Parts: sequence; structure tokens; C-alpha cells
Amino acid sequence: MKRTGPASSASPFDSPSFLDCLKSLGYWEPASFSGSVSGPAGPVPHATTVLAVRYKGGVVMAGDRQASEGYQVSSRAISKVIPVDRYSCVAIAGAAGPAIDMARLFRVEIEHYEKLEGVMLTTDGKANKLAQMVREALPMAMQGLVVVPLFAGYDAGRGAGRIYKYDPAGGRYEEDAYHANGSGGLFARNALKMLWKEGMTRAQAIEAALRALYEAADEDLGTGGPDFVREIYPSVFTMDREGTSELPPAEVARYYRDLVDSLKRKD
Amino acid sequence: MAALPFYVSPEQLMQDKAEYAKKGISRGRSVVVLVVQEGILLAADNPSASLYKISEVYDRVAFAGVGKYSEFENLRKAGIRHADLKGFMYSREDVTGRSLANAYSQLLGSAFSQEMKPLEVEIVLADLGTDGRPDEIYRISYDGSIFDEPLLTAVGGRAEQLGALLRERIKAPLPLPEGLRIVRGAFQEISEAPLPVDQMEVGLLDRKAVGRTFRRFSRQDLSGILEIPV
Repeated sequence: MKRTGPASSASPFDSPSFLDCLKSLGYWEPASFSGSVSGPAGPVPHATTVLAVRYKGGVVMAGDRQASEGYQVSSRAISKVIPVDRYSCVAIAGAAGPAIDMARLFRVEIEHYEKLEGVMLTTDGKANKLAQMVREALPMAMQGLVVVPLFAGYDAGRGAGRIYKYDPAGGRYEEDAYHANGSGGLFARNALKMLWKEGMTRAQAIEAALRALYEAADEDLGTGGPDFVREIYPSVFTMDREGTSELPPAEVARYYRDLVDSLKRKD
Repeated sequence: MAALPFYVSPEQLMQDKAEYAKKGISRGRSVVVLVVQEGILLAADNPSASLYKISEVYDRVAFAGVGKYSEFENLRKAGIRHADLKGFMYSREDVTGRSLANAYSQLLGSAFSQEMKPLEVEIVLADLGTDGRPDEIYRISYDGSIFDEPLLTAVGGRAEQLGALLRERIKAPLPLPEGLRIVRGAFQEISEAPLPVDQMEVGLLDRKAVGRTFRRFSRQDLSGILEIPV
């Protein structure tokens, strides 16, 4: 039954979840699995490489800016790292449309809870909520539209950054050092394996993240590197005691100019 | 159900309801909403540190309620649902204080005329202006009447005295510390009792912030702003 007004007969024990509110109003049709695995009607844009790296007292999250459709570039400047609230971000890989939708809904979900209850969800609480949303998207994943987010946040209780990865079935796994997702994820993880050290500083973690993205773009066709012509650079967010902040593109550009200079053959 | 045994004139009925609601509201403490240079300030005399009277509703919209806690808390939640729903289905910029204030006005109005017991609440919606759009403060009464207050408004017990006192002292947006000091002074004068910092609940829709502009001040923040040691 559709409710009419915003305040109509809300029960005091109504769920603080925004998704439940959408469902109760009839605005949300959960995807259902038809039984046949057909795949999407045509190629759809895919978001490629995103990663997160923990450092002492925080976590950095970064992603390239390219969306690919098979062997073609479908967008050069999409944002895959999406700030959720003061202390956390979600990064998306997989089918871009549903992934961006999921991130948008997740953001409202977390904010809605915070406003209704007057307190922020714990980092674990947010991570679990995202797992439920990934699980709900399972029928879509069966049709080939796989969405795999990466979640990172600063846990004020522990005074540390935390990283969670997901599988398409809604499995949630915490990573204690770093993780990378998407088509270039394997290459980024390999780079991070070499670069990551216990107790890194924020600056070191940012550097490692940017280097790993560069390596991923170098090896993977779907991942975009720094684009000096159009001045499009990977987006980088850090989360720590001070909250979530985005690294200015000019700083990212400076890092990549120095890196490219150092990689040029000198002889 | 049998027919009502007595005839009560509609005038009498409405008057009784209004008196009942007013009585309930005047028993409580007050909230002041005030435009300051830094944004819109919401300040409440509230001894509880967890049962809030002021709250964030959306990016640039805040809520304040006085009267019966359970009733304005319900209204607050309904407003947040309405705002989040609208912002999700359309865009974040489409959520305005005006449309929320209208919804509240209708809700309170129909509750007043149709329910046995009117809601014993008075609420304020503050909408922080942007890009040339001015700040808006709406006061919505227990019977659904809605008032557009340009600079400041006071609701709750002895709101009229409090409002008059503040209007006398504040003619234009002041800097935040000065505004807060005057509001605190007025609270103390009206109640004829000291108002310790930890009994104040204060929030601000911050003009400098981007995205979600509401912030709630901690006790430490307040003692810093008012220059009173904790």
C-alpha cells in the first residue's frame, strides 16, 4: 500500500533505513532473478581501477577517471570515489550505472540514519549496510551487471583507517593494509604489495596510491592514466581525524609530472 | 457510536483546542533562531544533552521544535524522510525549506482541526540562502499557521517576551559570538536564572560550508565562542 503523506502513521519503531522508507512507499522495486542468464542488452560502461591504502591514523582512497565499454573509452572523467559522510568514502568498480546508483543510495542511507538517530553509524555498521545492498543487487550481478564496491573510513573509536572489500554475493571482508578493485586491480595490488609499509604517513600512502594507479593504467587497457592534455587526474581522498578531504588536482598533477620525468630514459 | 449529547459551537471547540495547545507549549523552555553573519544560528535552552530540540534536516535546512518532545520528534523525523526522499528522487538542490514548511503547515493544520487533541508543538524551519536567494526562517504554529520571520524568531515558553527583547537588541545580522551572547543574555533575563553553557544546545547552518552545512556545537566549542571557561 502506498502511503500518502510524509508523516502518515509512522510507527515509532520504524526502521531508520532510507531504503526501507523507499520500499514502504512503493518507490523501490527489488531486482529479481528471472532464471535465465542472458547478460545486458549491449556493452555497458564499466568503472575500472579503484584502491584504498591504510596509513597511520587514516586511510587514502583513490581511483582513475576512465569508464570503458569493452575496448572503447566511454567516459574520461567519471568520479569513482564518492564521499559518503564526514569520515568515509565508497569507491566503485564494475557496471558504472548501477554502481553509481548504489553509491548514491548508500550515501543517503548513511546520512538518513545519522540525521534520524542523531549519531553516526559505526564504521562496521556502515560496512554491513553496504554488504546488504550488494547482496540485494545479486540478481543484477547474475545478469552480468556486477557491482563491487570498496569501502574505506576513519574509525574514530579506534583512531585508525579501515578498509572493506566485497564480493558480488554480498560477502564483506576487512583488509588490514590495502586493496584494489576493478580491471586494473590486480596490477595495482601488485604495486601496493611492494610499496606498502606498516605505519606509513599520509604523504607516503598518497604516493603509493598514485604510483599503483599509474602501474595499473600502464598494464590494463581499461584503466586511465594521468591525462596531461585534458588535465584529468585520478581522484584521491584521505580520511582521518580531521575528516574526509580531497587532494587538490594540482597536487596530483605535480606528483605525476615528477614521476613521468623520473621514468624517462636519460641515456 | 451515539450522537454527541451536547452541541459545541465550532468557535468554542477551536478556542478550547488552541488554549490547550498553548498551555502545553508555554510550560516548556524556548528556542531562538537567528540570522547571523556566519549563517543561521539555532539556540535552545535544553538541560538534556541527548534529547535534542534542534536538528539537521538537509544540506541547508535545519529544524527546531518546542513543546511535547514526542510530538515534535515525530515531525522532525517526517521532515527528514520527506527531504531525503525528495533529494534522492530529484536533486539535492530541489529540497527547499519553503516546501517543507508548507508540508508542516498542512500537517499541523489538519491535525488541529480534525484530531481530538491538537499537537502541543511549535516548530521553526531555517533555510540557509545561497546565490542571491535570501535566508528564510519559517515559524509554524500548533494550528498550522505559518509565519515568515526575516531576522529572528523565538518559540516555546514565554516566546513573545523573548522575541520582543531580542528584536529590541538585534536590528541586523551580527557576528556569531555577539549574537549568541545576546541570545544567552535574553534567555537568562526571561527565566531570571543563570544559564550554564552545558545547558545550551546550539547549532549553525554555516555559510562557509559546502554540502551539508549544519553543525552542532560541542560544549568546548561553545565555551570558546562565548569565552567562558568550561
